[in-house]
Amino acid sequence: MSVQQTQTTGRNPWEGFKGGLWRDAVDVRDFIQHNYTPYEGDGAFLTGPTERTTAVWRQITELFPEERAKGVLDVAYDVPSGITAHAPGWIDRERELIVGLQTDAPLKRAIMPNGGWRMVASALRTYGYPVPADLEKVFTRYRRTHNDGVFDAYTPAILAARKAGVITGLPDAYGRGRIIGDYRRVALYGVDRLIEAKRVEKAELDAPPGDPARLEEVIREREELAEQIRALDELKQMAAGYGHDVSGPARTARDAFQWLYFAYLAAVKEQNGAAMSLGRTSTFLDVYLQRDLDAGLLSETEAQELVDDFVIKLRIVRFLRTPEYDELFSGDPTWVTESIGGIGEDGRPLVTRTSFRYLQTLYNLGPAPEPNLTVFWSPRLPRGFKEFCAKASIDTSSIQYESDELMRPRFGDDTAIACCVSAMPVGKQMQFFGARVNLAKTLLYAINGGRDEVSGAQVGPDTGVLAGEALDTDAVTAAFDRQLDWLAETYVHALNVIHYMHDKYAYERLEMALHDRDVQRTMACGIAGLAVAADSLSAIRYARVRPVRDGRGLAVDFVVEGDYPAYGNNDDRADQIAVGLVETFMDKVRRHPTYRGARHTQSVLTITSNVVYGRKTGATPDGRRAGEPFSPGANPMNGRDRHGYVASALSVAKLPYEHAQDGISLTNTITPDALGRTEQERIANLAGVLDGYTACGGFHMNVNVLDRATLRDAMEHPEKYPQLTIRVSGYAVNFVRLTREQQLDVIGRTFHDAL
Amino acid sequence: MSEPLPHGRPADGTGAASSTTAATPAAAATRRPVTGMLHSWDLSTGVDGPGTRFVAFLAGCPLRCLYCHNPDTRHMRDGRRTSADEIVGEAAKYVQFIRAGKGGATISGGEPLLQPLLTGELLHRFTHELGLHTALDTSGFLGDRATDALLADTDLVLLDIKSWDRALYRHLTHQELAPTLDFARRLADLGTEVWIRFVLVPGLTDATENIEGVASFAASLGNITRVDVLPFHKLGAEKWRALGLDFTLADTPTPTADQTAAARAVFAAHGLHAV
Repeated sequence: MSVQQTQTTGRNPWEGFKGGLWRDAVDVRDFIQHNYTPYEGDGAFLTGPTERTTAVWRQITELFPEERAKGVLDVAYDVPSGITAHAPGWIDRERELIVGLQTDAPLKRAIMPNGGWRMVASALRTYGYPVPADLEKVFTRYRRTHNDGVFDAYTPAILAARKAGVITGLPDAYGRGRIIGDYRRVALYGVDRLIEAKRVEKAELDAPPGDPARLEEVIREREELAEQIRALDELKQMAAGYGHDVSGPARTARDAFQWLYFAYLAAVKEQNGAAMSLGRTSTFLDVYLQRDLDAGLLSETEAQELVDDFVIKLRIVRFLRTPEYDELFSGDPTWVTESIGGIGEDGRPLVTRTSFRYLQTLYNLGPAPEPNLTVFWSPRLPRGFKEFCAKASIDTSSIQYESDELMRPRFGDDTAIACCVSAMPVGKQMQFFGARVNLAKTLLYAINGGRDEVSGAQVGPDTGVLAGEALDTDAVTAAFDRQLDWLAETYVHALNVIHYMHDKYAYERLEMALHDRDVQRTMACGIAGLAVAADSLSAIRYARVRPVRDGRGLAVDFVVEGDYPAYGNNDDRADQIAVGLVETFMDKVRRHPTYRGARHTQSVLTITSNVVYGRKTGATPDGRRAGEPFSPGANPMNGRDRHGYVASALSVAKLPYEHAQDGISLTNTITPDALGRTEQERIANLAGVLDGYTACGGFHMNVNVLDRATLRDAMEHPEKYPQLTIRVSGYAVNFVRLTREQQLDVIGRTFHDAL
Repeated sequence: MSEPLPHGRPADGTGAASSTTAATPAAAATRRPVTGMLHSWDLSTGVDGPGTRFVAFLAGCPLRCLYCHNPDTRHMRDGRRTSADEIVGEAAKYVQFIRAGKGGATISGGEPLLQPLLTGELLHRFTHELGLHTALDTSGFLGDRATDALLADTDLVLLDIKSWDRALYRHLTHQELAPTLDFARRLADLGTEVWIRFVLVPGLTDATENIEGVASFAASLGNITRVDVLPFHKLGAEKWRALGLDFTLADTPTPTADQTAAARAVFAAHGLHAV
């Protein structure tokens, strides 16, 4: 197709590559380890956007205002999506370097009814599109969906817990996501070789299993492998529609980007997963870029252009979702998470020039939430890379950090993050995403004898209303323990139902085709409201908490007399309560068997759903009002962390990753002034903060360093920035509590003084 | 909510003397627990010395600066009697973080040298027990209360020179300038690293000859590795109101970026690293 391609058509696609194991078996990690070139320098080599890049990107950004105004730009409402369902589409056919869209036009969303027809119909109606009668008939009469299956099998207890919002956000009406296909395999091996490997895996299961307990699993696996092979064939067809033959390995860097992207594209054409993450691709692709750079086939500008064009594609992944979904996970997220950096098991940094090139897209294309750039942080990362990351964070607030030191020993050095904080070795592990339970509400169940404080319904077990004027620690703890027993049992039961049905009706054929057959599965549970629950228990223990009961006898408010230590101040009295909750719930979850023998894990993560969970939860003994949002993820409650973000972060760092291996999320919002007075100082200090947090066992940190635009937004919408703190040489104030005049003062100083 | 070291509790009014009379950390040798009046502690990054630091704010200050942004730390009674053990114990929780992040510990205030025994004890233990880089944030007015031993445990002094003009200094702070300059010279003799802090207040401290005076003095010392030109701000105004005090600079404008840059240029012209 391109000049570059014709030049290299003749060469062996693996020419110049070293090592042997990866040639004989599908093993991308082995390929990377033998062929990548660590880069220990700084970002000085990077290049800006070309005219071509800017022109292509402009054509997309010009569509954004209409998309924002309407909610969706357009919907391909009459064709159920699939790998080959839509005709090829382009942004700018003459200029694009990497091609392929989810439908036949950019930002046009597909419908994916296998997850559930009702959600498709509801979304179409929301955005004013017709609901095709023929499809409705197919998906309500002839073809069952994941959603149908789940609700057939749910128990009354699950339905009650779901309705009350004590178990919530479950992927029973949408794609579960959080599965990362090893999209690199398509570039390295070509599709034919992968199909061949899947045929071998299937043939190994030709003989009936000797163990009767394996009978169903083997039949299921054989059907799945057949589906995987079919999906790989469709991937070839889809690529052929764009004029590419992906049956063999990529021959050039541009091929490698294109092949890898086609594989990812096939996944997002087929699955509307909660999170459709990309994996760990930058250092893999660097091998190809470096080979072409060394051969003089590519300049640095052209290498960056390929990265920029690829990232444009990742930025425009879209899914059609319902308003209920958007309420839980607002901002139209797709979690095209890309994991960058980290240290290899042999001690060499996995940082390459392409790690920098990916981050450089934040400058060449401007800041963006997607792809979800995730840096695997280690104090051992090269200084140049650390400082480039810190600079990009300060400039764009677009990067999240996760501890390579916690992940590498457990998952190896070819691990990637799915969604936000879920680590998994690429192509070797997948998860059954399980959203989360509401610990704060469960604590209220303990106080109210299992009755829901909002509806009054008996949802949890009847453990008896706690008598007495003030709450007693021992009585609350005992009742809470029983409610948690019930919660864990009901929750795991629900997840088993969900994932059984998802496999049955909405199986991720293409993503799983890019995994080993014998994949490790995790049952990823989660908890929300950790800080509220921990502070409530601390209040009950260290202060005096009097419940205010309504006519139904339910505690609907609490009077807190006296002080209590709050989670978020690096104070063990409160922090150890939070630690105990994480350990206790994980232990209880582990007691229940899982579908397909999945290993139990849990996360402390809410994304943006902390607002909805809070809305559905009555007043709590920590003094939180009914309906007030929870803090996000593992964050301490707003305003209760009173010694700055370091103390707050160290409270979070105490939560044991061992008992929350699906991730512990901390979001930090820092003003540039709170990092130092000069740019160089801020960069070094932010890198130091990340080193410190990692050294203390912290897992994840979302770093927001707010720019002026954000501070102005905070002035107009203070409710969005409850935690924004500014430090001014020895003292701190809460930004939203300043007068308008003072806020303007801060805005002026913050930016004009930055040298 | 309570804290291990609560903020702003009224003092018992009896113990102020004990922390100001004994002059050296040698008192620690007698195993008498060192205590003093602590306003609060905090963790900060990039504003109280290099990196992320544990900052102990001691209560009480002999100066009455017109632009003070922490008027709630002026009196020792604004603090809580706290032992050095307690403060060192709190700081110890952050040692791993601070070391990894190449930060340290800072004694600030108020005026830490109003309580030289506690200040010396903290600097000593931060250095020798916790192995931290230490900084002392002071106006220098009580510099003669800092023993050589105290300064030996101090890696960096953040020295506030509020004005070069003596009359103006008196107007700004209600105290004399000379002790600060004496202290600066002593630090230079000892070879202690110093960052000068200069608050730029339009119409008060921004006269070229005033800045020039501070700059040429600073440049003559030889131990000044940095000058922080801090633009005057009014974020502490609410604290003045809350304390029933009259904030006389309410109508004073904050400096423009150009004014701040010009002040930095004066320091830079003397070969100083001004930020």
